[in-house]
Amino acid sequence: MSYLEYRVKTIPAGWRKVLFMNWGLIALIIGAAFSGFAMLISVAGGNIEPWALSQMQRFSIGLLTMFIIAMTPIWIWRNVSVPIYMLAIVLLLLVEFLGSTGMGAKRWINLGFINLQPSEVAKIALVMLLAAYYDWLPADKVSKPLWILVPIAFISLPVLLVLQQPDLGTSLLLLLSGVTLMFLAGVHWVYFGTVIAFTGGFVLALFKSRGTEWQLLQDYQFSRIDTFLNPDSDPLGAGYHISQSKIALGSGGWTGRGYMEGTQSRLNFLPEKHTDFIFTTIAEELGFIGTISILAIYVGIMIFCLHSALRHRERFSSLLTLGLTMTFFLFFSVNMSMVMGLAPVVGVPLPLISYGGSAMLVLMGAFGLIQSAHVHRPRDKA
Amino acid sequence: MWQKSNIVSYRHFRTARRGLLVGGIQLGFCGLLAWRMHHLQVEKADSFRLVADENRINLRLIPNQRGEIYDRNGVKLAGNEASYSITMVAEDAGDIDLILERLSKLINLSPEDIKRSKAELNQSAKFLPVTIVDRLEREDIEKIAFNAPMLPGINPEIAFSRTYPLGEIFAHVVGYVGPVSTRDLELRKDPDPLLRIPRFQIGKVGIERELENTLRGKAGTKKVEVNALGRVMREIERKEGSKGANLKLTLDTNLQAYVRARLGNESASAVVMDCNSGEILAIFSSPAYDPNKFVRGISFDDYGTLRDDNHRPLASKTVQDAYPPGSTFKMVTILAALEAGIINHRDKIRCNGHVEVSNRKFHCWKRDGHGNVDLVKSLRESCDVYYYELAQQVGIEKIAEVARILGLGQSYDIEMSAVTSGIVPDKLWKLSARSREWVVGDTVNSSIGQGYVLASPLQLAVMIARIATGNEVLPRLIESINGVEADIETNRLKLNKNNLILVRKALFEVTNDKRGTAYDSRVLTKKSQIIGKSGTSQVRNISAVERTRGVLENKDLPWEQRDHALFVNYAPYDDPKIAVSVVIEHGGSGSTFAAPIARDITLQAIYKGTPPITAYPIEDRAKIYNQQRELKKLMPRTTKSSKVQA
Repeated sequence: MSYLEYRVKTIPAGWRKVLFMNWGLIALIIGAAFSGFAMLISVAGGNIEPWALSQMQRFSIGLLTMFIIAMTPIWIWRNVSVPIYMLAIVLLLLVEFLGSTGMGAKRWINLGFINLQPSEVAKIALVMLLAAYYDWLPADKVSKPLWILVPIAFISLPVLLVLQQPDLGTSLLLLLSGVTLMFLAGVHWVYFGTVIAFTGGFVLALFKSRGTEWQLLQDYQFSRIDTFLNPDSDPLGAGYHISQSKIALGSGGWTGRGYMEGTQSRLNFLPEKHTDFIFTTIAEELGFIGTISILAIYVGIMIFCLHSALRHRERFSSLLTLGLTMTFFLFFSVNMSMVMGLAPVVGVPLPLISYGGSAMLVLMGAFGLIQSAHVHRPRDKA
Repeated sequence: MWQKSNIVSYRHFRTARRGLLVGGIQLGFCGLLAWRMHHLQVEKADSFRLVADENRINLRLIPNQRGEIYDRNGVKLAGNEASYSITMVAEDAGDIDLILERLSKLINLSPEDIKRSKAELNQSAKFLPVTIVDRLEREDIEKIAFNAPMLPGINPEIAFSRTYPLGEIFAHVVGYVGPVSTRDLELRKDPDPLLRIPRFQIGKVGIERELENTLRGKAGTKKVEVNALGRVMREIERKEGSKGANLKLTLDTNLQAYVRARLGNESASAVVMDCNSGEILAIFSSPAYDPNKFVRGISFDDYGTLRDDNHRPLASKTVQDAYPPGSTFKMVTILAALEAGIINHRDKIRCNGHVEVSNRKFHCWKRDGHGNVDLVKSLRESCDVYYYELAQQVGIEKIAEVARILGLGQSYDIEMSAVTSGIVPDKLWKLSARSREWVVGDTVNSSIGQGYVLASPLQLAVMIARIATGNEVLPRLIESINGVEADIETNRLKLNKNNLILVRKALFEVTNDKRGTAYDSRVLTKKSQIIGKSGTSQVRNISAVERTRGVLENKDLPWEQRDHALFVNYAPYDDPKIAVSVVIEHGGSGSTFAAPIARDITLQAIYKGTPPITAYPIEDRAKIYNQQRELKKLMPRTTKSSKVQA
């Protein structure tokens, strides 16, 4: 069904659209963001500076962006998904040549008002393009080999560019959300089975390549994997992040040490306590109750999105919402897994809570798209 | 239209189904995350909270003062001297170059100091103090304190460094301290955390090392809350340490200094003991070295000079070297024979100047022989043949037994480094150490303290003290630790009292009979008459060819091949107080070279100062008078400093 066949009249118009937004979702987003502000104040030792204030400003901008995107009809977003994808690729290429280096990798591009991380934009753009592609592609061609090569190319391009930065974590996330989208679009099981088998072989090759001339990963990437597999082997060196964050988490107990009472984060034992490792501060200060609440908020957001996606009768909206939900899920689950020692340390922030501009804005843009699909969904006449 | 909407619903159905599947997997993973949270935060909470506190609370050590060492009269032998140093904290200083420039105008700063300080300041964390210079004078510190407003970030610090006010006089006994080495740490099973402090000073040699744990005391601790960089946020708790225990030694500085002066430049050692209590009054190995040099860090050249000197100043010869005791061992052989009941004091043995044992000729030191020799004569004139004959009848096992009873062949529990146990050979010893059968010739050699027999000067002093008193005298070096004296109990020797009296009587004639070998070293005053035995131990083999041509005189031999000169004695005869042993390496004849030194030392010990000239034989008085004047110049001026505290 194309948008031309919409019973347009069933779709709300003008300011009435606001009423049809997914308000439960918005409430949860705001809840998560406010938890973030509170934690940033705590990490700064009770000060709104230097993090909480600018985070609030960014969230306000993000909220506005979300509303603007949500008000724009979903079919317009479908039609611009190709240019957006191209823009993301151009940004990734720019970062390759002009980007500033931080922590051993080129990831940032300075746009004057904001330090943009093009790989974040690429996450959304890839999902949009793939959703549009499968919306355009007739159902009987979905599993044809030739028509599978096209999305693979779409996925590979940003993945390889991000891998080049190098940012293994983000490129894996891009790959995973792209492949998930292909799965959601209905590509035959056999392909995934094959891919999984090959991935297993590849991982094996990866480890075998270590120390040889054709080493596939950089040394620091190997060492991250090492420390993930055995963090206690070198608690002051490479395993420092994981050991310290587990200590912070564990010392929280049921109710935590109390707000602004965490010793691990306040005394700087935790690196990046305001960005990627903010979850540990929550864990230490608010305990299990705090962390499970954050998880509950995230699960709530996911359920609202999934519920919305399953009600869509329209393929683009449905795939887009599911794909973005997957992106969101990957954000928080990878961050939490990393902090709790279930995954290696990769630079993934805790969505809506960690301090950081790009991720926040891109995420709010993604929620804008989900809202747009929600608002502009075709409705059966009651 | 119908058909088309059918397709639509089919595709929708598939998306919904896979969407539900993916959503399910996602929710399942969230469940896993929740379980992990619960596991980490609730189940393992206690252990992690402990680790977090350890993380946050850092135990810092406050170094304490090391215990001081005094002699028996309260003269300080090792103390702690306040030394001043200045440190700089980079973040307080601001402009490091400017401050250093100002500082160099106030005090003497070498370019190396400045260069090293800058390098250290740039390397270490901005809030950590870096030492700019140490061992400053008090005036320098006052200048800096006066100009403090101009010198932000500069802090004067006080530290204690070990000093040995008497320098080399007690070098081998007291030893010295030095920075902890990795080897020192490896040697200890559970090292005191203090030792982990960089450049912490611990005892390296002598009492400083042997009583390290007593002297070190306990470090104070403070608990501080630190952040991840190690910056101290606040102090939580402070426990002051306790000073190490003060030691009072049995040594007498005046006597020790006299011994050093009297031994002069010889490679020699002397031990002076109280016969009754076993207290060591002086124990000196000559030449010595200045322990203060080692505390400051000795230069490579200085160390090389000490190491390569053929008089071995680094060796503590009194306890760590063992020498063939020579004729001083004859008391052992004769006591063994008396104990075994083989002879009595009237039995005579004929000495023709040599004796043949299993086709080997053993010579007496007197080529023409002593004629008929009885017990007294054998000791007085040191006849070798008498002992060759006795030993063959007594056998080595009995000789070894008596030697051990008299304190040879064992190391004592004395607080000095590398105490040797010497060697008292017997059949079993030779089999295990040399893998050869014992032969009669070995017994013959041993009977006059040659061959395998080895004894340290300390052991010789113990031996003569035991002969003098009949008690199992044990040497002691520590009088009290923190004022607490150790109990001593002495047992009687397992030797027949009458046999000891016979030996003492014979020994009396050595120094007090015209025919005695050490008659020249006699003492006239009865209260300080010395009773002793000389020894001259060969360090080379004399070939038959040399014997026929005439044995070379010591003065014609290179230093390394000359005989060791030994003398052991006690005094006075009827109420033994002092036991002395003197060993002069390659000194020549014991009676000629070692005996006068032992006599002078004994007199000095008995009179607790310079003895009256009337103690000496008339013909020697002029010489002795000059010698006493010369030696006084070499003695340090020691003031009887404050008595031991505590």
